[in-house]
Parts: sequence; C-alpha cells; structure tokens
Amino acid sequence: MQLGERAGLKPAKRLREVFGDAILDLCRKNERVVILDGDLAGTTRTHDVRHEFPERFFNIGIAESNMISMASGLASCGFIPFATSLSSFILANGFDQLRISVAIASVNVKVVGSHGGITLGKDGATAMAAEDLALVGCLPTFVILVPCDPASMHKAVHATAEHVGPVYLRSSRVAMPQIYPEDDCPFEIGVANVVREGNDLTIIGCGLMVAAALDAAVVLAEQGIEARVLDMHTIRPLDADAITAAARETGAIVTAEEHLLHGGMGSNIARIVAGSHPVPMRFVGLADTYTDSGEPEALLEKYGLTAHDIVAAAHDAIAAK
Amino acid sequence: MSQTPDLKSLNEKARELRLEVLEVTTKVASGHVSSSYSSVEILVALYQGGVLRFRSDEPHWPERDRFILSKGHAAPIFYAVLADVGYFDRAELKGLRTVNRRAEGHPVQDKLPGIETTSGSLGKGISVGLGHVVAGRLNKIDYRIYVLLGDGECQEGQIWESAMAASHFKADNLIAIVDYNKYQESGPISREMALEPFAEKWRSFGWHAEEVDGHDIGAIIETLKAVRDVKGQPSVVIAHTVKGKGVSFVEADYTFHGKALSADQAEKAREEILCN
Repeated sequence: MQLGERAGLKPAKRLREVFGDAILDLCRKNERVVILDGDLAGTTRTHDVRHEFPERFFNIGIAESNMISMASGLASCGFIPFATSLSSFILANGFDQLRISVAIASVNVKVVGSHGGITLGKDGATAMAAEDLALVGCLPTFVILVPCDPASMHKAVHATAEHVGPVYLRSSRVAMPQIYPEDDCPFEIGVANVVREGNDLTIIGCGLMVAAALDAAVVLAEQGIEARVLDMHTIRPLDADAITAAARETGAIVTAEEHLLHGGMGSNIARIVAGSHPVPMRFVGLADTYTDSGEPEALLEKYGLTAHDIVAAAHDAIAAK
Repeated sequence: MSQTPDLKSLNEKARELRLEVLEVTTKVASGHVSSSYSSVEILVALYQGGVLRFRSDEPHWPERDRFILSKGHAAPIFYAVLADVGYFDRAELKGLRTVNRRAEGHPVQDKLPGIETTSGSLGKGISVGLGHVVAGRLNKIDYRIYVLLGDGECQEGQIWESAMAASHFKADNLIAIVDYNKYQESGPISREMALEPFAEKWRSFGWHAEEVDGHDIGAIIETLKAVRDVKGQPSVVIAHTVKGKGVSFVEADYTFHGKALSADQAEKAREEILCN
C-alpha cells in the first residue's frame, strides 16, 4: 500500500520539486533573497532561480564551509541568503561555520538541507541525513522546520524568509502525499497543527511520518482507538503547549520521525513531557544505526518507519497507561 | 580619516595600546598577549593610519570599509583599538573575559560596536569578507574589506576554499593581511606544519601577494594603499611580525601563546615597553 493511501491522501510531487517552485516564487517576491549553492542546484532544485535570477544565484562550488560563512557576511549586509546543498554535506562540512558565523550572534542565515532522512535511498548512508535534526537542534538561536507536504513546504519557505534569525529547513527527495489542501495550510513557526482529532493517544509526526501517522490512525480507528495526530512542522522551538495538552488529554504519546532516535524530535518532546505531564511514550524512528542503500520503501520497512510500526508503538503506549 | 597622522604619533599610539593590552590581560589573568602584540602595528595602520574608512558613531554605516578579525584570539588589541577610535568607552576593556560584560574572550559579532563577525574558531574571515564583497556588488556600494589572518590559521582548509572563491569572484576589494609571526601554539610553524612557500601559495590561488615588515607602520600603510590599485584579483599582504613584539622575554618564548603575564612579568614588560 502506498504511503497515505489508507488515510485517503492524494499523491503529490516530490518535495524537492515543490521546494524549487517555492524558492523561485520567493525570489520573485523578495529581491533581498539570494541563493548560495553547493554545486547541487539540479538536485536541490534551485536551478530555476539560477536561470531567472542569475545575479542573485552563486555556485560556491563544493566548499560548504566557505558557503556558510559567506552567507553570514551577506546576511550582515541585509540580504536573506539561502545556503543550499544536500543536508548531509552542508551540515557536517559547515558545522563549525554554523556555530561561529551564524548561531552565536544569531545571524539571519537560512540553510536548506535537501534529501533529509533516509529516503534518498540508493545513494546510501554517506548521502543520507538522519542526524540533521540533532546537529542543528543543539545550536541555540536556530529554528528548524520540517514540512510534510507541498502546501506546508510553500508556507515553510516563506516563513523561513520572514523569520529574522537562523533557520534550517529540511527538504526531501521523495514525494510526500498531500496532507493539506493547496490553499489552506496553517503554518506558524512553533505552532503544531492538529491534523486529526482523537483522545485515546497522540501521534506526533514530522515530515514524511505525518502521512504514516495518519495511515496508522485509520488502522487504530478500525480497532476502536481514536488517535490525535499532530504535524510538528517546527522541531525547534517545539510547541510545548500542544505537547503538554496531548499528554494531559490523551494520556499516551507516540512520536514518529525519519531521523535517528538519538537527539531527534522524539527525545526533545520527551523532555517536555517529563517536565510537564509525564505519560507513557514510545518512539518510532531510526534506531542507533546507519542504513543500507536501497529503495526508500524497502528502507522504511527494514528500519521500522512505517504506519505498521506506529500502530504497534501505539498499542504498546496505551497498554502502559 | 582624511588626514594621515605622522608616524611618530602612530608609533606612540602603538606603545599606548600595548600598555593597555598588558593592563587588562594582567588584571583578568587571561588573554592572548603575544598574538595581540604581533598585530599592534597592523591595526594601528588600519584604524589610526588612515587606511580604513569608518564612522565609529555609526558602526553599520553601509559605505564603511570592513575590518574582519579572523584571528579572533587577538581580541585584546582589537578591543583596545576600537575603544581608542571611539566605538565604545575604554571602560569596556576592563570587562575583558568577565561575566556579564561585553568584551568576550573572542569577538562576538555586534556584542560590542565595530565587531563585524564572530571569530575564534579559525579560518572564517575571508569567507565572511566575501559575503560582504558580493553584498557590495548587489547593493552597488564601493567599499574595501580587510581581513586579518593568523599564520597558523592558514593551516585551516576553509582558508583555501575561500582563497579559491575570492579569486574566482575577482574580489579586488578584498585584502587579506597575514600576521606572520612564525609561531603557532605548539611551536615554530616551520617545525609544526610548514606554510612555505607561503607567498607562492597565494599567488598560485590567483592572488596578488606583497610582503612587508609588519611592525613598520609607514610601510604597512604604503603597501595597503598600493594594493588598492590591483584590479581583477584579491590581494594578500604578508606582514612579517614578531610574536610578543615589544617585550624581549615574551618574544623569546613561544609558550606565552594564550597566556597573560604574571604581575611581576607585567611590571618588567611595562618598563620595556616604556623604554622602547
């Protein structure tokens, strides 16, 4: 069964294609936006900007450290630089620069990491970014956005530009089914969206796992369990109010993310739950391992990131109530 | 900055600034004195010698020349110079490396007026400067960007990423100055991780390279003015300096890197600086 099929979600374009459309739209509307590319414009899909706005597009070459510090200089002169590459390359090679040139003084740099998570698939572990949320998540001053469908990607790109301060936006190679109607996606940084109501437990997902969570909720409903589903599009700052309300009102929480469990969304949600209203929690994500190369679906299956895994975790969490 | 002060008063300024650095680092018992002392004349040439165009009462003046301290550990002399030219009150210097004060151990962007970028972890200055180069072109504003590098810093890979990019972007308004004092923390650079042939490295990356005595303020000013005429490529000025310049026992002992002087040592150093 296709992702989102149980929940009746429509298939959509690959998320990176949507990012390409959204960033072009942003460049048309805001002349302060400039693109710094790590020689992957065809992959991240900033190539349309290169054609339409060559004066605001700079290929910095395969030199991510230089790219991030350059972005800092541009931002200090009032521009809104979007530094783009594969997430794994830009964060790991540019991490010192993210700390020193961006985070410490909260410089207005935007980082877009494409091919987040493990679903780039066949290129294997070296090109995957299953650590991105942990890496950026430990940097004070950064906002982290993980859109889950085309409408939320459009909103996220514009919110990234409007927010004053560093932002990391996760893009993805795969198609994510439509969660929201194209013209009706609420998107406020730090405010989670309730995409399904329920009071027996809450599934909190981000990115691809929002669709998986909705699929899981359908299966659970057939078993008489009504799950609330939250789209946690902002990983930093997390929506502590929505998380605490979920704990208090539903009594059990399952988190689902295409990321390592160490230092990802779930562990940070657990920190909030533990401090506000402790309830049983279970965590769906990549266990302490790197993955094989392979088809995205095969990887999600092998490493336990499916609707089926969320359903099992939900039963486990409810049993512990 | 229309009138260039005479060399005698600039050298006197350098002496005052050395004493100032000595006082604040000794008081807080911390700070990179020897790395500051090799940079004194370079900074005086830039800020007091009429090279940099700036307004200390308008730190973000869009048309200002940028000074980017890439070797962030020279913070004590940097702060002393910024205070001297009026970016902030001298009282700020007393807060060096002290909690709830603004003169951080290594500079943090805008924490004090005149700090263009955060530095401390090495290698970032040319890259940040290139961002200002590109921004200047997009904004159609002419200014120059001066980046002060340490010599050990040039072992960082990012220096050469950014050197390649500055040449590619024909950044002829970007001038790097290397404080080439020949020592890194663990010892002589030639022994630890050699840089030579240093000027040739820059030239092979497409830069115009000049060498100068980094304690001759007149020569530094002259060289920095001369490289303004270089077109189509960035320039580097390799300033041959002495680590700990001005205090004989610091000059003679590279292990002073990263250390402040004891009260006794500071008194001796003060006498030497006053007699020089």
